[in-house]
Amino acid sequence: MTATELDLEAATSEGDLLLEVEDVTKYFPVRTNALIERSHASVKAVDGVSLALRVGETLGVVGESGCGKSTLARLIAALHPVTSGKIRFKGQEITKLDRRHMRPLRRSIQMVFQDPYGSLNPRRRVGSILSDPFTVHTQMSRAEVREQVRDLMARVGLSSEHYNRFPAEFSGGQRQRIGIARALALRPDLIICDEPVSALDVSIQAQIINLLEDLQDEFMLTYIFIAHDLSVVRHVSDRIAVMYLGKIVETGPVEEIYSRARHPYTASLLSAVPVADRAFKGERKTRVILSGDVPSPQNPPSGCRFHPRCPKAQAICATEEPLLEQKAGDPAGHLTACHFPVEEGEPLAMASREAVVATAPIDGAQEQP
Amino acid sequence: MSLLEVRDLRVSFDTDDGTVYAVQGMSFSVEPGQTLGIVGESGSGKSVATQAIMGLTPGATITGEAKLEGVDLLAMSERELEAIRGSQVSLIFQDPLTSLHPLYRVGHQIAEAMRVHSQVTKAQAEDRAIDLLGQVGIPEPARRVRDYPHQFSGGMRQRVMIAMALALEPKLIIADEPTTALDVTVQAQILELLARMQRDYQTAVILITHDLGVVADVADEVVIMYAGRPMERAGVEAAFVEPHHPYTQGLLQSIPSYSGRTGKLRPIKGYPPSLMRQINECPFASRCPYVHDECRVAPPPLKPVGTKPGHLSACVLPADRVGLSAAAPEGAAAGAGAAEQ
Repeated sequence: MTATELDLEAATSEGDLLLEVEDVTKYFPVRTNALIERSHASVKAVDGVSLALRVGETLGVVGESGCGKSTLARLIAALHPVTSGKIRFKGQEITKLDRRHMRPLRRSIQMVFQDPYGSLNPRRRVGSILSDPFTVHTQMSRAEVREQVRDLMARVGLSSEHYNRFPAEFSGGQRQRIGIARALALRPDLIICDEPVSALDVSIQAQIINLLEDLQDEFMLTYIFIAHDLSVVRHVSDRIAVMYLGKIVETGPVEEIYSRARHPYTASLLSAVPVADRAFKGERKTRVILSGDVPSPQNPPSGCRFHPRCPKAQAICATEEPLLEQKAGDPAGHLTACHFPVEEGEPLAMASREAVVATAPIDGAQEQP
Repeated sequence: MSLLEVRDLRVSFDTDDGTVYAVQGMSFSVEPGQTLGIVGESGSGKSVATQAIMGLTPGATITGEAKLEGVDLLAMSERELEAIRGSQVSLIFQDPLTSLHPLYRVGHQIAEAMRVHSQVTKAQAEDRAIDLLGQVGIPEPARRVRDYPHQFSGGMRQRVMIAMALALEPKLIIADEPTTALDVTVQAQILELLARMQRDYQTAVILITHDLGVVADVADEVVIMYAGRPMERAGVEAAFVEPHHPYTQGLLQSIPSYSGRTGKLRPIKGYPPSLMRQINECPFASRCPYVHDECRVAPPPLKPVGTKPGHLSACVLPADRVGLSAAAPEGAAAGAGAAEQ
């Protein structure tokens, strides 16, 4: 079975297949010599990712900066061309489409970005920003468009008196509502939310998450939800994909990942999150503190890319790249790319404590400025 | 005696659009060796309050008092404050790249502070810089001391900032969102480093953050700010287990519970009030589910509540009415710890 097929088993059994990503890579060339403009190296931002999504599902993608999660989002939204691999949307391959054939697809796949300040034109009124999707993609009259925009604003919790205001007159939470309204305008099938609530205060963040969930129920939306906040991702997602340096290292149903993480990276990532709720503190095990930073994707470590920071790493991890596969004892759809997956009850923290004291040497070249 | 005692601090700025009342009456104290967490959302005044105390808000109108070991910082001249900054109180900010000079080697920048404030030779200061870089966990400190800030990653830069903050063994470190720009695995490293350095040097820390998880993790005591005022002040346990103020409760209920899906989130309705006027009622009144007439008369002062000593809340609700009654997260025991195994 291919990775996509394996991954599919985890997708809710009912519901149609919406999106298949098959062994997709994205390399950005790095030009180091301006004179001869020759590409010496490339940043392997996404390096062989496969996943599948069914209608109505939410896939959470987590990982630290530089893991490729945002690049993956842009590949799926066809904002970047892929270097290799296939992306199929409703069965149609979209990776090779030209501009004209791409156009209807742009209605169906929308994005919500982190920074509503940066993604709204400050010189245009909200009503005009929200009219764009209709004027570009439909033949509606101006009156009809106006009607649609008002509906849309009401739906995301903006009042109609906001119609003639500029983005600067709104708070961050309201601006994100505008961003969501714009994404929703043409009734897309898939909305890719890239850190949609990271810039918002916690009380406002909860309003936006609730709004996204309501809209999903109402319009049967499918979400890819990218965030670094693991408790937010757990709240909204059905399934999770954990990325590290351009690869998915573990994927599976949300509760499975959060309660029985098999990859040492997932386990340490989860344990690193500070938890506000003291009631849970008694239940928490010792925190696993990873040493060092995420290495540069320009020059990723050999074998398993996590091995220099991994508390469980052995010789084979540096030479042989582990496959993303179902490990013994795991349910279908829970896939892990690790030679030595974490066993239940294993004291991972102890292993890495020593690593912390020693502070693994970090080569200057591996650091990201 | 408290190390730092702040009373009725008020900070306002005159702008073209009118006066912004950023801090509208803030009192707190920090004991030696203690970590005080100041939590609040954007615009709550949490950063402005400490910056004003340290003389880092040019043009602001500041009233009240802020006594560092009995000496009022607000009454000091800029020269006197300069002598305090760095030697007795150091500051760590969110983005180390903007606090480090890009054109000087980090070793030079660490040594510079020492040479300004104490009588050491250049060689002594550089040795100490290497020593400090080693203590904050930078590998090969003798080599890295000659590197420039851009040659360090975000986490490593924050380590450099901590080394610099510790250089003169201050009594108090003010850390303003020190881990906000970092990934969680690096955040965990930095928080542990801060805690270790605090133990080794017996430094008091004021940790300013919007992240309730970070505060719950490292603070001894917490002040929760809203619209320029403290809403609640308590030991970290009491603040998170039996919060009294409806705002604190609302904040905690807004966090997606780490224990799993607990259905819909319960956000706080509405938006924070404008700071373009002095607020003469409870600032949370317009968003509060328990609001009644008394709340509209004047901003309630902090008063003792709950069962723990030192637990204060600026709310007129009865003192015994504490705790997240309706919101106790379901299934508290289930699953939360398993992921760490």
